[in-house]
Amino acid sequence: MDDHMKATPMKTKFITPGVIVLILLALNGLVFLAGRFIFGIGSVTNLNDQYPWGLWIAVDVAAGVALAAGGFTTAALGHVMHQEQYHVVIRPALLTAMLGYTFVAIGVFVDIGRWYFIWHPLVMWNGSSALFEVGICVMIYVTVLYIEFLPVVTERFIGRVYLPGLLRQLNAPVDRLLRALDRGLSKTMFVFIIAGVVLSTLHQSSLGTLMVIAGAKMHPLWFTPILPLLFLLSAISVGLPMVIFESIIAARSFKLKPETEVLGRLGGMVAPILGVYLAFKLGDMFIRETFVYLAEFNTASVMWTIEVVVGIVIPLRMFLSRTVLKSPALLFVASTLVVLGVAVSRINNFIVAYQPPYALHPYLPSFGEISVTVGFISLLTLMYRACVMIFPVISVPEDRPALHSKYAIRTEKS
Amino acid sequence: MKLPSRRAFLKTAAVAGGAVAGLSATAKAGPKNVLSPDRKGVLVDTTVCIGCRTCEFACRTAHGLATPPLESYGDKSVFSAMRRPDTGALTVVNQYPNATKSELPYFVKVQCMHCDHPACVSACIVGAFSKQENGSVIWDTDRCIGCRYCMTACPFQIPSFEYNKAINPEIRKCDFCITRTRANALPACVETCPVEALTYGPREEVLRIAKQRLVTYPERYVNRIYGEYEAGGTGWMYLAGREFADLKFPKLGQNPAPGVSEAIQHGIFAYFVPPVALYAILGAIMWMTKNRKEGV
Ligand code: SF4
Ligand code: SF4
Ligand code: SF4
Repeated sequence: MDDHMKATPMKTKFITPGVIVLILLALNGLVFLAGRFIFGIGSVTNLNDQYPWGLWIAVDVAAGVALAAGGFTTAALGHVMHQEQYHVVIRPALLTAMLGYTFVAIGVFVDIGRWYFIWHPLVMWNGSSALFEVGICVMIYVTVLYIEFLPVVTERFIGRVYLPGLLRQLNAPVDRLLRALDRGLSKTMFVFIIAGVVLSTLHQSSLGTLMVIAGAKMHPLWFTPILPLLFLLSAISVGLPMVIFESIIAARSFKLKPETEVLGRLGGMVAPILGVYLAFKLGDMFIRETFVYLAEFNTASVMWTIEVVVGIVIPLRMFLSRTVLKSPALLFVASTLVVLGVAVSRINNFIVAYQPPYALHPYLPSFGEISVTVGFISLLTLMYRACVMIFPVISVPEDRPALHSKYAIRTEKS
Repeated sequence: MKLPSRRAFLKTAAVAGGAVAGLSATAKAGPKNVLSPDRKGVLVDTTVCIGCRTCEFACRTAHGLATPPLESYGDKSVFSAMRRPDTGALTVVNQYPNATKSELPYFVKVQCMHCDHPACVSACIVGAFSKQENGSVIWDTDRCIGCRYCMTACPFQIPSFEYNKAINPEIRKCDFCITRTRANALPACVETCPVEALTYGPREEVLRIAKQRLVTYPERYVNRIYGEYEAGGTGWMYLAGREFADLKFPKLGQNPAPGVSEAIQHGIFAYFVPPVALYAILGAIMWMTKNRKEGV
């Protein structure tokens, strides 16, 4: 059915009112970012010796990694298990993952006190540190994602290298280079795809291990030795909803028809995964008997309830319904809930659950911290928009007046 | 994506696997973490301490930190709020009421505990923390990237960070006066304490003295040595005349803080077997589903 779908650069105006708002938000974030680099982390954030990690680690880094999970889940589905019908969503998910992880790296860069030493983990190893494992895996995975994206770049430019002015002589060599790259890549790409899935499994779970060492300071509702498993399961369960979420937004913003059938089938897979995640989450709660903490009414119990009921139970029920799977609007709502639920779960694990013994008052992010985070999300959205307008990422039906396809160009040339 | 021929597939997969296995050879280079039998410890007897805070002054002086003149340390008003060690003071003394003799409040000196199984050493992403032969847990400015994971990890909430420095902010905490002890001098606070509330020596010896005091003066102390077992045992240990929880000591189990997390880490990374196995399984699935598709 989707044989006639073809990834194509979107053709539309880049600037819209929404885009202008995003640009303003990004600029606002950059102002506070400048403050952080000139005057230190303390001048912009509410972090202190009691709360060394805050919004930037919880959202920019931890939630960022989780929400970029669409990359490895769709790669596993489409490439490893060869479910070809899902190929239309692989590229958008790959792009999100690539940009998402790029911003995770930038988020780390901004949060660490000595950003110019960000390369230290490459040469100074500590195998017992969960953070070390996360750091190394993320570094390698970002590289792998860029390699996985290269074929999209070669596809866009092979037969279409038009350098301006004097550089014109280089057109033919660059084109040959791209073709060689393309051939080499298509032979070895499977290595990178499997590596990407393995690396994701590793660091998605190690992200959960991070807070295990803080055990004594963690609220019992969240602290469990199976945190790594819960993090991995939640990452897997948010992968497809994130893909659905973006597809529907992209379809709206580029005035395309949403791929309801493919999205519906993807949605059908979400319920079982969410079910497994919920089972482990609740099973762990009953084994450790932490449900007693739900009887108290405080931030922790409210946030836990939101995370589980709004982020897992309700969307789980929705994804089980045929009506939902057939309706883009309902699919969108259900997916958004899962996405928000996982974001809340990361905030809960890294901020709400962290209860240091000598805290004087609870941590709330400052305006500057929020501005930087919102700025990054805006920037990411803008870059996504730019990328789908430059590169063939989003699939449209072939018969539309699309750009010439890769192979057409090749035959033209030869 | 096209899959290459079976031979090429195996070859490329093997090369990738070999590269990962090669990495694992160097993976064991971790930070130093010695648990020498001669490691030093300190016994803080909070029932002896008079809250004079000269140890705070001595500590600041020994570490080149700015300090008001010694005379100003007699000011008791600082005790009105609980204080924590920070980048400007690596040790601080807090006051807690004495229920039976209100004229004799308890004073508790706080600093890094120099854990036997330090969470900070286990956690630090680049191995900037290390446990030395003599028991000191110290920090290396040439490695630190300022990620503050050590702060998240420390069960005693000790490491402190220079949030208001844009370039080379430091993690600061008590270093057990490593430069002094290496030159066979006592830690500055121990040397200066006028009432010998602090006893420095090999941990085993210090522990023996503490047990002795519990036996000799049972009415003076709660029957427990804080730090003997907490978080797997600490270099600094405390005696008290009141429940430790009332003196705001964190309630910790006996397991080393890094225990569970290291077990998980080493489980995942046991000679890279689990990741490589996962890689192989995924490769096999990829290969099989491909053949199935083509067979149809
Ligand atoms: S008290 Fe904290 S900083 Fe000191 S050695 Fe133990 S874990 Fe490290
Ligand atoms: S802040 Fe420095 S010492 Fe602390 S964990 Fe990070 S790199 Fe290690
Ligand atoms: S110098 Fe000794 S008596 Fe004075 S506050 Fe410090 S530990 Fe207590």
